[in-house]
Amino acid sequence: MTGIGPGWTDPQDEDNMGKIVEINGPIVRLELPQTVIGEQVRVGALKLVGEVIGREGDTALAQMYENTEGLRPGEPAEGLGHPLSVELGPGLLNAIFDGVQRPLSAVRAMSGDRIARGIEVHALPRDRRWSFQPAEGLVPGTQLHGGEILGTVQETASIAHRILVPPDVAGELLDLAPAGEYGVADSIARVRLADGSIRKLNLFHRWPVRTPRPFRRRDHAVKPLITGQRILDTFYPLLKGGKAAIPGPFGAGKTMLQQQIARWCNAEIVIYVGCGERGNELTDVLEFMPELKDPHTGRPLMERTLLVANTSNMPVVAREASIYVGITIAEYFRDQGYDVVMVADSTSRWAEALREVAGRLGQMPVEEGYPAYLGSRLAGFYERAGRVETLAGGHGSVTLIGAVSPPGGDFSEPVTSHTKEIIQTFWALSKELADARHYPAVDWVESFSGYVPAAARWWADNVDPGWEAARAAALDLLSASEELARIVNLVGVEALSSEQRWTLEAAGLIKEGVLQQAATDAVDSFASPEKQYLLLKAMLEIHAQGLKLVRLGAPARRLLQLPLLAEARRWKSQHPSDDLAALKARIAEIPAVFERLALDYAEQPTEG
Amino acid sequence: MKNVEYRTASSAQGGLIVMRGVPGVAAGTRVALRDASGRLRSGLVIRVSDAAVLVEVFEGTEALDLERTWVRFLDEPFMLPLSRDILGRIFNGAGQPRDGRPPIISRERRNINGEALNPAARAYPREFIQTGISAIDGMNSLTRGQKLPIFSGGGLPHNRVAAQIVRQARLLGEEASDFVVVFAAFGVSSADARYFQESFEDSGVLNRVVMFLNLADEPVIERLLTPRTALTAAEYLAYELDYHVLVVMTDMTAYAEALREVAVLRGDVPARKGYPGYLYSDLAEIYERAGRIRERRGSITMIPVLSMPSDDITHPIPDLTGYITEGQIVLSRELANQGIYPPVAVLPSLSRLMKDGIGKNYTREDHPHVASQLFASYAKALEVRVLAAIIGAEELSEGDRRFLAFADAFERRFIGQGEDEDRSIFETLNLAWDLLSMLPPEQLIRVTEEELARYHKWQPTVEVV
Ligand SMILES: Nc1ncnc2c1ncn2[C@@H]1O[C@H](COP(=O)(O)OP(=O)(O)O)[C@@H](O)[C@H]1O
Ligand SMILES: [Mg+2]
Repeated sequence: MTGIGPGWTDPQDEDNMGKIVEINGPIVRLELPQTVIGEQVRVGALKLVGEVIGREGDTALAQMYENTEGLRPGEPAEGLGHPLSVELGPGLLNAIFDGVQRPLSAVRAMSGDRIARGIEVHALPRDRRWSFQPAEGLVPGTQLHGGEILGTVQETASIAHRILVPPDVAGELLDLAPAGEYGVADSIARVRLADGSIRKLNLFHRWPVRTPRPFRRRDHAVKPLITGQRILDTFYPLLKGGKAAIPGPFGAGKTMLQQQIARWCNAEIVIYVGCGERGNELTDVLEFMPELKDPHTGRPLMERTLLVANTSNMPVVAREASIYVGITIAEYFRDQGYDVVMVADSTSRWAEALREVAGRLGQMPVEEGYPAYLGSRLAGFYERAGRVETLAGGHGSVTLIGAVSPPGGDFSEPVTSHTKEIIQTFWALSKELADARHYPAVDWVESFSGYVPAAARWWADNVDPGWEAARAAALDLLSASEELARIVNLVGVEALSSEQRWTLEAAGLIKEGVLQQAATDAVDSFASPEKQYLLLKAMLEIHAQGLKLVRLGAPARRLLQLPLLAEARRWKSQHPSDDLAALKARIAEIPAVFERLALDYAEQPTEG
Repeated sequence: MKNVEYRTASSAQGGLIVMRGVPGVAAGTRVALRDASGRLRSGLVIRVSDAAVLVEVFEGTEALDLERTWVRFLDEPFMLPLSRDILGRIFNGAGQPRDGRPPIISRERRNINGEALNPAARAYPREFIQTGISAIDGMNSLTRGQKLPIFSGGGLPHNRVAAQIVRQARLLGEEASDFVVVFAAFGVSSADARYFQESFEDSGVLNRVVMFLNLADEPVIERLLTPRTALTAAEYLAYELDYHVLVVMTDMTAYAEALREVAVLRGDVPARKGYPGYLYSDLAEIYERAGRIRERRGSITMIPVLSMPSDDITHPIPDLTGYITEGQIVLSRELANQGIYPPVAVLPSLSRLMKDGIGKNYTREDHPHVASQLFASYAKALEVRVLAAIIGAEELSEGDRRFLAFADAFERRFIGQGEDEDRSIFETLNLAWDLLSMLPPEQLIRVTEEELARYHKWQPTVEVV
């Protein structure tokens, strides 16, 4: 018997049968005397799966992960004796699951293009064999504790899957399987528990998704998550183990930004949760991921990626579950000592699923129909991010990045405003920037990051000590230019002094030459930290050199004719991150360009 | 159970009746209701227990005498009979003929609610569809299997634009012969419905069109069925008969309003502007039926049309639609007032699937860059226009005057075109370069230097007036 998490009994022990009393959309009332809140149920002739979420008198209320059309009162219902849990073991990577961890490729093989209801299928394939290598030094008699590493399975070329003792199991190791080929359900170890009973351990174990997996202690997040996106890494950094939100109206680029992060970030495992969004976006990920190489390891990206997909047209209750399925799998890889990134697109759809169920239950809505517990549920979810010392004694992290889809793009709505209080990095997307095709449309005024000081230490040590100052200088230029743009819009550009016009131009260089970064540009889709820094310094250098001239009396008009200004805007697309020598040479030439102009200008001192 | 009539209605109010003492009714089943006058009404079971069955009556519950109301539970959801013969036919929202011809008899009957497509079964839309409209093809391209709505407003020519797309849409280098149209109109005037019908006739596609009509004065609840019936037909044509199906649906605003009306009767908790919290999921069930499936030949491309209440794009209907569809074509009242047809506001318009369906191997290598450059240059030009309105065009710098001229030419010549003008994508791209040639090369940083050398015809000496 495999563990099903703390506090749950073996389902075979009890006969927990009952029947349907009432059907109201996805909410079904059951006569099921033995059940407790959280228990999984199978309901009706079709054996639809759901979860008990409340009790009313003698009856239980269950929310169904599948469409309830055709169910009838009086049909049987069965309590399964365990909460919604996931299977954790080899076979997770490279896969696509639905919101309750049904493997969608296997489901397709069984039921065709449409997802049949009531289907029974294991999340992890049982017929596949994995090459297991036991951990060294684990001899019979060793005292094992929860979370300890029993051995490894090389799941993909880049990821060694560490087989863990379930966190709620501890005891004396009786025997450990030798190296060899095993299926996930094969027993690979036996442990004598404290009560003297013997527990077989498999290559996988189960864990209830609504219970955070334990760890020894929280650690400080110290390293930035490098995403290759300049506006993120250089301006509003996120740390490994941090929490970030990407709010924005439709079309502003939330999904693209999350996909860019999923592609290029330097995490070891990426979990992409499509929660109530488009089917084609998941197809997109499924089609491009196998073709792209991880810039950090050179391996196909799909080897480190897994998808949880509950698209907008799939049942709304399973959408609510999908976020927890994703985060539990993320914690599981964290517990193996990996840096995991989970992107969730979109947490608003998850919140709406909560709202829909609350409405059906007749719970009192507080703001825009959302139940009062929205804020605490959101906080509880983001709380599961973090860098930790694992039970096995290593370090791992879960970085959470949630898209938020505010109705009408209004950031004061409940989901955005609650999220904003919880997260540390806020990448606010702006409709105005997106409409002007300034991508990524991250608004440099609205966005913030609480991780700048920590990131600054990393950049200073690994890239350049000037990073923090350069970042600040660029932000200063951008905010100065906002002011100037307002003046121009009132009275025209002629009203500005030469110095002001040059500031405006430099801000333009930063926007177009640094901040804008097309995901579709093969050369620039990913920018290494070094490239990010070089481009930023280049634009600042152009500004500084020009400013010197302007202060000597050169008119901005002359400077604005420099071909260098158009050229510099193209550098990002011309110089790939793995070959920056030419870019450095271009930057080294900048002073000379202005010196030539200075000579020119010296010949015509009367102009201006 | 199908043949038993129950006379146990215990209350009737606001379109809902409660039946008592009918055990074992299935959730979501269809209901046939006969009133004292012998008139038949239909309905749907929306909530059921052994004690009480809640039925939504499509034609409403007015003038129902509970004592003399007989209800049959048909023991199945709404089903649509399907065969090849639906082509060329006109049905109502429930799938019954409204063209005076006999009903479709077929063993093939499908639940109009459909079933969610397994995301792992989808194929990503990549093939460029040429609509012949520059603002769409050049800057917001449509691909096969995409859902791309038209966001419009009262009095704007969205129907003409939709009809033009239906007439002109074609794939590059392929026969259009396996191409059919499913047209669904709900809550529209009979004049609008007639306009489409005539336009299909004129272009000779009528026998390749299936129409589903629920006019403004017809039952509201039937409006909720219409898009589902239409899409059930579309799925049959696409995945059983291998057709490429273009689904045009108008007006989604009428649909959402009908949904709100019913939700209020049911007492559902409202979210924004009185619309129920599940409006998003409900719309998604409709829109997500567009697409392509791996190893299937056919496809469903969807163009829903909606009118934005008070031209407000943040209103829940366009807002939630935009969150689900793969972009949007926004029509502008300002351009329409200047006599520009089609009045496509290119900046707020977007095709999310464009990036994967254009360029080398699909249209022309320079297409992605040209599109990006047009967006950037036009955005800049609009800023200049605002400035000119404040300080006067004479006060603009020479560079800015070029942008001002570009904005006007772009709107007149690129966005504007004839209702029968069918431009190839190459004509569209060449026209784009003609217009970009009004701007100096250093202003064009989204295109490559090679593309500039090849296509840009900059003449610095030409004076801008
Ligand atoms: N970084 C980017 N580079 C290039 N294009 C982008 C980028 N971000 C967004 N876009 C464009 O914007 C469209 C909408 O982006 P998407 O991420 O789907 O928006 P959202 O998820 O916020 O609705 C994309 O299809 C693409 O055309
Ligand atoms: Mg999105």
